Amino acid sequence: MIILQTLSARLPDILFYLFAGLSLIGAVQVLCRRNPMNAAVSMVVTVLSIAVLYILLSAYFIAAAQMIVYAGAIVVLFIFVIMLLNLSAKEIGRRRYTLFKAFAAFVAAAVGVSLLPGVRGAPRAISEQPIDPSFGSAKTVGRLLFGEFLLPFELTSILILAAMVAGVVLAKRDITPNRTFSPVDAILDLLLKSDRKDKSP
Amino acid sequence: MEGGVGIESHLFMDLILDLLPILVKMLVGFFVVLTTTAYLTLAERKFSAYMQDRIGPNRVGPFGLLQPLADGVKFIFKEDVVPNHVHKVFYIAAPALMLVPALLGYVVIPFGDSIELFGRTITLQIADVDIGILYILAIGGLSVYGLFMAGWASNNKYSLLGGLRASAQMVSYELTLGLSVVGALLVYGTANLRQIVLHQTEYWTLFGSIQVPHWGIFLQPLGFVLFLISAFAESNRLPFDLPEAENELVGGYHTEYGSMKFAMFFMGEYTGMITISALTVTFFFGGWHIPWIEHAGLTHNVVAALGVLAFLAKTACFLFLFIWVRWTLPRFRYDQLMSLSWKGVFPAALLNVFGTALCLYVLRRPM
Repeated sequence: MIILQTLSARLPDILFYLFAGLSLIGAVQVLCRRNPMNAAVSMVVTVLSIAVLYILLSAYFIAAAQMIVYAGAIVVLFIFVIMLLNLSAKEIGRRRYTLFKAFAAFVAAAVGVSLLPGVRGAPRAISEQPIDPSFGSAKTVGRLLFGEFLLPFELTSILILAAMVAGVVLAKRDITPNRTFSPVDAILDLLLKSDRKDKSP
Repeated sequence: MEGGVGIESHLFMDLILDLLPILVKMLVGFFVVLTTTAYLTLAERKFSAYMQDRIGPNRVGPFGLLQPLADGVKFIFKEDVVPNHVHKVFYIAAPALMLVPALLGYVVIPFGDSIELFGRTITLQIADVDIGILYILAIGGLSVYGLFMAGWASNNKYSLLGGLRASAQMVSYELTLGLSVVGALLVYGTANLRQIVLHQTEYWTLFGSIQVPHWGIFLQPLGFVLFLISAFAESNRLPFDLPEAENELVGGYHTEYGSMKFAMFFMGEYTGMITISALTVTFFFGGWHIPWIEHAGLTHNVVAALGVLAFLAKTACFLFLFIWVRWTLPRFRYDQLMSLSWKGVFPAALLNVFGTALCLYVLRRPM
């Protein structure tokens, strides 16, 4: 009985360390694996472990969104591309050690050490106040997104649109579009006239 | 000392009494879903036989009723071959990654109202989660990893093509599946599946006396059609079973699989069908609610028990629809499937969300 009680009291801590460890292992594997498919699967491990950490923080909506958006869509698209390329072991090549990688590993280790409780100073006292039951619910998140953080939220969508346009431009680089009149082109022509004449034979 | 022991054992009894209903619900749910999965394969074969003027399996047991058992025994005792050219870890993990999400999905679906036993109220739902529908979408999104992993690990061009098709199809139709329920979520104002069913137990009164239940199908007809299309695609059933199109890809992603591993893919597909059918009933057909039963004057527990039966019957209707469509419609071409998703269902779902939001704004604005 007492074992049960201590276990149930300690369970969130145990789960936290378990899934925090898993997410770290997954993240390191993403960096270290040569095979892109293994790296992508390790990324899924990280994404799902972080979703569990969100659940432990009782942010259920964020956890579900994390799973739907990252595990359900973004990593699947990565994997889609990896499968389309289907690289052979020769194309992937063997592991190489460079000075830059060594430096990056050193910086990562340094940051990790600096975050240790003893180095960074005493941790901030955690308030014992119970959290609001509506914390992390869809309603609260929605209010924040469409109220306080409306501008950054909308700007993010423009960023994503720009990324999408860039993707299309990169993919269709070889195809020259039909020349249509637009005022932007006309102004650009006027400004860049001298440049263009130089280039043309 | 004795008092301490007494209190402790009392607490222990309370703990047992709290845990017992949950354990029973989990075990019964698991058992019912797996049994239904097994008998769904028999139903599929029987109905296809009737539709093609054949008899179907009738050798094992009366009317072939023991056929799923015989199939299971055969799957288990078949030699478990792992081909030499596969990526071992992914090859073995893939069937599990397909089956486990399928078995996790149904836990949030309410299969009945609550019953009162020995002074305790037991809700007939394994887990009453506030983000119910999001949970199902999140878990459903994970089953794609089983498909692509099987396709990739098999190291075989047919499997790879099957896996590729599966990932593209799942990503496209997950989006439309999610978007097609947004309209319904706007109407109900909650993502909790139990609250959604309770919302549908109310009535509109027409012509003074006729009562029409508040079912989602009347509120969201377009949303229902889009949801159903996406559900067929998401569960890889005909007319959208491109990932395993036999006459193009041998068996698609599961070409290299045999024995129990193949059976796990099979079970994953059928369990997914059960979950999605139950979800359709919950969202658009009033879940466990039997219309007009409030006027019959039955006790609460009897109504709840009848409700469970009603829920099972409604779900069975949709399972039959899945089988019916499979043996009636031909398969889509791959480009048709993709253009249906991105140029047909997706804009229509956006339109549905926009229209619903507009209607709700007009109807609910303060006068």
